[in-house]
Amino acid sequence: MTPFALLARLGAAVLGLMASLGRITLFTLSAFSHMVRPPYYAREVLNALIQVGWMSLPVVGLTAIFTGGALALQIYAGGARFNAEAVVPQIVAIGMVRELGPVLVGLMIAARVTSSIAAEIATMKVTEQIDALVTLSTHPMKYLVAPRVLAGLLTVPLMVGVGDIIGIMGGYLVSTKSLGFNPASYMINTVNFLAAHDIYTSLLKGAAFGVIATVMGCYYGMQSGRGAQGVGRATKSSVEAAAVLILATNFVLTGVFFSI
Amino acid sequence: MTQSQTQTTDQIPAMIKLENVSKSFGDNAVLKGVDLQIARGTSMVIIGGSGTGKSVMLKSVLGLIQQDSGRIFVDGNETGSGDRDAFLARFGMLFQGAALFDSLPVWQNVAFRLLRGSLKRPRDEAREIAIDKLRRVGLKADVADRLPAELSGGMQKRVGLARAIAADPEIIFFDEPTTGLDPIMSGVINELIREIVVEMGATAMTITHDMSSVRVISDNVAMLHGGKIRWTGPVSDMDASGDPYVEQFISGSAEGPIESVR
Ligand SMILES: Nc1ncnc2c1ncn2[C@@H]1O[C@H](COP(=O)(O)OP(=O)(O)OP(=O)(O)O)[C@@H](O)[C@H]1O
Ligand SMILES: [Mg+2]
Repeated sequence: MTPFALLARLGAAVLGLMASLGRITLFTLSAFSHMVRPPYYAREVLNALIQVGWMSLPVVGLTAIFTGGALALQIYAGGARFNAEAVVPQIVAIGMVRELGPVLVGLMIAARVTSSIAAEIATMKVTEQIDALVTLSTHPMKYLVAPRVLAGLLTVPLMVGVGDIIGIMGGYLVSTKSLGFNPASYMINTVNFLAAHDIYTSLLKGAAFGVIATVMGCYYGMQSGRGAQGVGRATKSSVEAAAVLILATNFVLTGVFFSI
Repeated sequence: MTQSQTQTTDQIPAMIKLENVSKSFGDNAVLKGVDLQIARGTSMVIIGGSGTGKSVMLKSVLGLIQQDSGRIFVDGNETGSGDRDAFLARFGMLFQGAALFDSLPVWQNVAFRLLRGSLKRPRDEAREIAIDKLRRVGLKADVADRLPAELSGGMQKRVGLARAIAADPEIIFFDEPTTGLDPIMSGVINELIREIVVEMGATAMTITHDMSSVRVISDNVAMLHGGKIRWTGPVSDMDASGDPYVEQFISGSAEGPIESVR
């Protein structure tokens, strides 16, 4: 391939990406505008809250507790090399709250919620249920998309809060049971070290990831091609896009929140 | 039975009118200039080979598929202009694949329109209407609380039919209402469609492959072939259409101008 052709291909890829980002942005804005305008479908919102939030709690809890535990072990082992084992509570707290809590919860939500939203909406598209909705004077953006995105926006920050706490608990359990830390002083160190800023940026990240995860599921579901293959492709693309966007957004938000 | 209605077709202003409607998907030209009129309060049946674009035609009228060119009028107003909710509230549609919402129990599918939006009723009343409509399509009240996935294909089709007629629409589209039903149930559904047109004065457009349905349901028949309306006229003229395509379609013969790939 000539350098020129390579450049042309790169340019096309960048343009394609820009175009999709533009469409996704418009889609997101439309979802929010449907969220605030009546009619409201309370039942749909309630269902979405349960599906996105409540049902995700077990997997979020398990992910967080193991990660917190592993983090404590690593920090202890690494810290021991320069006699800094004592920093375990502080670093576990910071690591969980600032980065691992939001990112891991975001990724688990992408795996669990984005995929199921995309598959469900894509199946509805393929079996003409979306067309049926429209003919029954119900806007799919309002009935299907807005409730799910609202649920992502509201519940994922809570999920991140829960993940942060359980992650810290994981570190606490490992440190006090097998690394010989004093339980009371571990707790005091953790609480004293965390600033309010750490906590609300954590929750803000959660809100952003919740929106990304649900929007990607809805967007790729609504774009689905025909047949079972279309559903499969929509699901795969939605999870890919959600995971990459969550990680990229996390990087940007960390830069914004912590580099100043 | 339909004589008086078919004769007045020319005087009654058309409820639905397609003018030179074309639609392609990529390089697959499906509709190539369809012209068709359906008079208010009459029943039109569309026949035509599989894949000729009958479903696409119905969906274009509803605006679910945007035609590439040509104009579509409903009650004198061009589609796509004006209030879309009010436009859609006049329609009922049975989709070829039933298209039931599989997350909702049967009765909520049927009463979907009555549970929200401009036609909203109290929940008990909506449920009662749903059960009544289910009865009209030959389904007992005990299916009301089941999920669509628990029903047979023919039952799902009938639930779709009940949903289409639930809000007593002025204009009803049926995409293959009797496909997958036993002959007795087909008869019941054919009678029901006829009743809806005669008693409620609805305008109906039905797609079917079942020639015995055609004779019961229709005032007028149109045959779609090659992306155009090949023949249209009162059902009483169908047998003497003089069109070899229509004749072959009615007789179901493999020999004739319509290609059958084997
Ligand atoms: N959304 C779509 N995207 C691409 N092609 C489509 C779409 N919908 C329909 N088609 C194509 O349009 C053609 C006509 O389809 P349509 O469903 O209208 O046929 P039909 O006359 O209803 O056939 P049948 O009697 O089998 O239901 C087919 O070739 C189909 O592949
Ligand atoms: Mg069809």
